[in-house]
Amino acid sequence: MSVDRATVRRIARLARVAITDEEAARLEKELSGILDWVAQLDEIDTSAVEPMTRVAAMTMKQREDVVTDGFCADDILKNAPMADDHYFVVPKIVE
Amino acid sequence: MTELTNLTIAEAREGLRGKSFSARELAEAHVDAIDKANDALNVYVLPTPERALDMAKASDARLKKGEAGVLEGIPLGIKDLFCTKGVRTTACSHILDGFTPTYESTVTANLWAEGAVMLGKLNNDEFAMGSSNETSFYGPVVNPWQRKGSNAKLVPGGSSGGSSAAVAARLCMGATATDTGGSIRQPAAVTGTVGIKPTYGRCSRWGIVAFASSLDQAGPIARNVRDAAILLKVMASSDPKDTTSVDLPVPDYEAAVGKGVKGLTIGIPKEYRVPGMAPEIETLWQQGVEWLKAAGANIKEVNLPHTKYALPSYYIVAPAEASSNLARYDGVRYGLREKGSDVISMYENTRASGFGAEVKRRILIGTYVLSAGYYDAYYLKAQKVRTLIKQDFDNAFEEVDVILTPTTPGPAFALGEKTGDPVEMYLNDIFTVTVNMAGLPGLSVPAGLSSEGTPLGLQLIGKPFDEETLFRTGRVIEEAAGPLFKPHDWWSKAA
Repeated sequence: MSVDRATVRRIARLARVAITDEEAARLEKELSGILDWVAQLDEIDTSAVEPMTRVAAMTMKQREDVVTDGFCADDILKNAPMADDHYFVVPKIVE
Repeated sequence: MTELTNLTIAEAREGLRGKSFSARELAEAHVDAIDKANDALNVYVLPTPERALDMAKASDARLKKGEAGVLEGIPLGIKDLFCTKGVRTTACSHILDGFTPTYESTVTANLWAEGAVMLGKLNNDEFAMGSSNETSFYGPVVNPWQRKGSNAKLVPGGSSGGSSAAVAARLCMGATATDTGGSIRQPAAVTGTVGIKPTYGRCSRWGIVAFASSLDQAGPIARNVRDAAILLKVMASSDPKDTTSVDLPVPDYEAAVGKGVKGLTIGIPKEYRVPGMAPEIETLWQQGVEWLKAAGANIKEVNLPHTKYALPSYYIVAPAEASSNLARYDGVRYGLREKGSDVISMYENTRASGFGAEVKRRILIGTYVLSAGYYDAYYLKAQKVRTLIKQDFDNAFEEVDVILTPTTPGPAFALGEKTGDPVEMYLNDIFTVTVNMAGLPGLSVPAGLSSEGTPLGLQLIGKPFDEETLFRTGRVIEEAAGPLFKPHDWWSKAA
């Protein structure tokens, strides 16, 4: 097993996904299976290879530094599960 | 008027301009067909009949005034990954329950600007993560094709399974789709339809729900090569809202259809002859070679030595980027929110109930490979492997104009047949995923039927931004393979 139960719990916590004991057991097996399978990449020596960043050589596009959007608070809040007076409402964070 | 749904886009375009029928009649024929079929096939997660009829009415007015757009009055289905203003868009995930965008994706905006008519939102794998459309929160799509002498329900491929099945079943004239690892080409192959994933950067990604941003591309699924060319011409554009979209003019793809392959050199990569490949796939591939040879093309074997590493490196890159993209679903700004004792548990509970099993699996893999100490060993390594895969193709394209491979390792399988082992499901994309890793264009064209009587496709891979050669070559295969592939209608309820 590439990952153990504690690791599954730790990454689930990092990913902010609550998991049940049953899910943790299944994920331990599935994630290990996937990671063992991708381990075949170790066969290739990539020490002298640059990581791929683009398909065709092109310079990053630039544009004028001007405001192109805004004044749409109602639109932004339209789909919020809880909103109040142009604010998103979340559970209390600071006591 | 059911025969109207059988027309190709090119034929409907003639009919509308020649006033043989109206856009309204064309839209009504499709609305009726969807009404009769959707219970059995589950292709539309949200049909929008009123909007379709309103848009068709406006199309008729423009046709009358001689102001028709390129796609005036053509009824299309839209994958639920594309944000549509005022029309629910969920990526077929519970976590986007009720999300109604206040903006329109660039690709769909391009379609509406040319007069296309929206029939509704099409089913897909949740967040486009799947190869069989079985991970959708709205349930699986059923392939209109069935095996000879069997009524077992088959999958339509994925993730654009609603798009492929709707086009095959004549429930739209064409559909938008997206492709991150094969999600346009693989479903097109198993439904007897044509699908093209253009070069990365050809279509704007703005307003498309993000899965893996360095791989995602939009493209059409249609009933033949010409229709796919007509649709891609309109979908593609350079867009200031997507910095990865290219500033190259969009060619007239339709003009390339029919130019033939005389003098072209077709590459055949021996690495695609994978162990355990069905003999009928090998036969179909050979048949494709013979057809192209007969049409005047030269055939040349090419080497793509890093092919076997494409899928494992994809399953690092795609989940890593997905885990980052899907971090935005936190129960604060849109969609589902579950209660929690504090803000962290609200996030955790929302994401636990909002995401399905496959999405959670990929978020966790992605989180793991990006976590402290693992970045170099996984993500960076995989991006280096991408460079090698890309170099393989660059070398091959020094000698050939286009590469021919099978699209899938086999025909459509039955619902539930491959849901046990994630890696087994991932292997469906073995021939398509290399193309995404290298950012190249790929087209799947129907080429024959399996021994089970279900469709099989061949894939053409092109040089960056050389979609025209794919359309030219695809048309030759389509012509050689014979009349349009069509399943017999078992799904429509009696009127």
